[in-house]
Amino acid sequence: MNSYKTIFPLVLIVILFTINTFAATGKSLQNANNDPQDIKSLQSGARNFMNYCSGCHSAEYVRYNVIASDLGLSDAQLQENLMFNAQQPFETINASMPSMDAAGWFGQAPPDLSLMARAKSTDYIYSFLKSFYIDQSSPTGVDNLILAGTSMPNVLWELQGHQVIIGEQGSEHLELSSPGKMSEKEFDIFLRDTVNFLEYISEPIRNARRALGIKVLMFLAFFLILAYLLKKEIWKDVK
Amino acid sequence: MANNEKKQSESSSKLLNWIDERFPYTETMRYHITEYYASKNFNFWYVFGVLAMVILVIQLFTGIFLTMNYKPSATDAFSSVEYIMRDVEWGWLIRYMHSTGASFFFIVVYLHMFRAMLYGSYKKPRELIWIIGMLIFIVLMAEAFAGYLLPWGQMSYWGAQVIISIFGAIPFIGEALVEIIRGDYSISDITLNRFFALHVIALPLALVALIFVHIVALHEVGSNNPDGIDIKKYKNEEGIPIDGVAFHPYHTSKDLVAIIIFLMIFSMVVFFAPEMGGYFLEYSNFEKANPMATPEHIVPVWYFTPFYALLRAVPDKLGGAILMGLAVILPLFLPWLDRAKVKSIRYRGWIYKTALSLFAISFIALGVLGVLPAEGIYILLARIFGALYFGFFILMPYYTKIDKTKPVPDRVT
Repeated sequence: MNSYKTIFPLVLIVILFTINTFAATGKSLQNANNDPQDIKSLQSGARNFMNYCSGCHSAEYVRYNVIASDLGLSDAQLQENLMFNAQQPFETINASMPSMDAAGWFGQAPPDLSLMARAKSTDYIYSFLKSFYIDQSSPTGVDNLILAGTSMPNVLWELQGHQVIIGEQGSEHLELSSPGKMSEKEFDIFLRDTVNFLEYISEPIRNARRALGIKVLMFLAFFLILAYLLKKEIWKDVK
Repeated sequence: MANNEKKQSESSSKLLNWIDERFPYTETMRYHITEYYASKNFNFWYVFGVLAMVILVIQLFTGIFLTMNYKPSATDAFSSVEYIMRDVEWGWLIRYMHSTGASFFFIVVYLHMFRAMLYGSYKKPRELIWIIGMLIFIVLMAEAFAGYLLPWGQMSYWGAQVIISIFGAIPFIGEALVEIIRGDYSISDITLNRFFALHVIALPLALVALIFVHIVALHEVGSNNPDGIDIKKYKNEEGIPIDGVAFHPYHTSKDLVAIIIFLMIFSMVVFFAPEMGGYFLEYSNFEKANPMATPEHIVPVWYFTPFYALLRAVPDKLGGAILMGLAVILPLFLPWLDRAKVKSIRYRGWIYKTALSLFAISFIALGVLGVLPAEGIYILLARIFGALYFGFFILMPYYTKIDKTKPVPDRVT
């Protein structure tokens, strides 16, 4: 009997978590290793995003003033470093490029990035941005190992340099053919900060929710002690 | 001081009398709360009924506040959810509580149903409670399905597309039925609006009414217990069952402990893992519904996957739909399929114990298979576990009859 009581819920939990690993399919991704609690990294990520992404990509649910208060930036810092394309701090992030034009130029409008990190994971975006290689047959001059046939050009080529694809199909890998402004390590940090910022904007209350969660659990734990003592007291006379 | 207290109690009893002459307040409180006697040996499995009530309240309250900010239109639905998540004060908490509550509702209800199977709670005289409970389960599935379309994400859209199309397999009326459900030739703004109406008014109303009847029926015959015996057989001079304790304060104080433990687990998900690895909030649902782009894998939310696996186990669409419907409906007949003389698993023989274990394993296995792609070995496994699932019900009249049961004690242990 006792085995029923304990084993069943345990089995359920274990299985739920194992399917998680089973269900994960697709190409092998590199670990972005980003930490959304690292404010410094988020600040660099915000700068990277505004300089390299927001020209084409919007983040239509994200407000500048929310970023400023979450990342500890003053209004002046915000206006000077991040708000290239907005008049008021409460505005959301719009792309500089009109999406109608973009659809004409690239075949499809660049997707909004507000929720990209939640939909695709930071590992995916990190690996994607690292996996462009030269392909002369493509209209953008590059293709991508993670998302073949992507209509996105390699906007970070100046930093990363150019990569070429080497090896047979199935075991191909990328190699740097001409270096960029950044070393490989610097570029990795650049990408990590950028995807970190993308994770932050996909759920700006993430850190607040965890902080509140600890308080809620502490309250409930205290409440549990009281409730348990009350139950013991009331059940004292039941034989 | 003492005089004051006396005065106070006098005036409160006066008020009570005034009410009681017009409404059966004291009588109802006694009948359902302070003098409702349930067995004193309730174990872990007996907390899920009250936990389901707690979740119902969470869902109703968070649902009301979500409705205040949500916009049921194909153009605005997705962004109104993000508006709730980002701009509405505490909106994120309300939304996560609601989305987590939906999954926990099913966890708790599945365990609640399994409790009834462990201890034979569906057997005479509680057949009606079980049937009403099954109706609650079916309405809950409809409620969850309607609610899942509302965020208007990719999985909302395509999941609904797949599940609604199942009805199209029904001969003659199928196509017309699908059009009635959608209100359109494809899933559209119109579908979203009618699902919203069903999700916030029609189905919750039905759910609350059925739960009320479920509890009235329960209190008429009294709760079962882990021994599956009637505690009303032995009463003391005052007519109180010797093995029973009053719902309040005994069971309420015990339930409070369970509720807090539940809330702690619930909070861990809400605050630390609201997506629950993509099972409570599916990743592709963070992309707005796009009728032009089908996602790679369309998977219903985890609580439907056992039935979804059965649907896909059959190569024929109509056959799969029938099998899925049967899987949902069959438990309704448990009170008459089960021929055993004893209720509780404690006094049943090895055959039923084995059968129930196999049933539990196959239900979980089908749930896992429903998440995985339907190819190769997975289809074969779904068929094997499907056979075990149906075998449990169809062979039940036979194996419960020949199973050797142990003698049942007179009093609870």
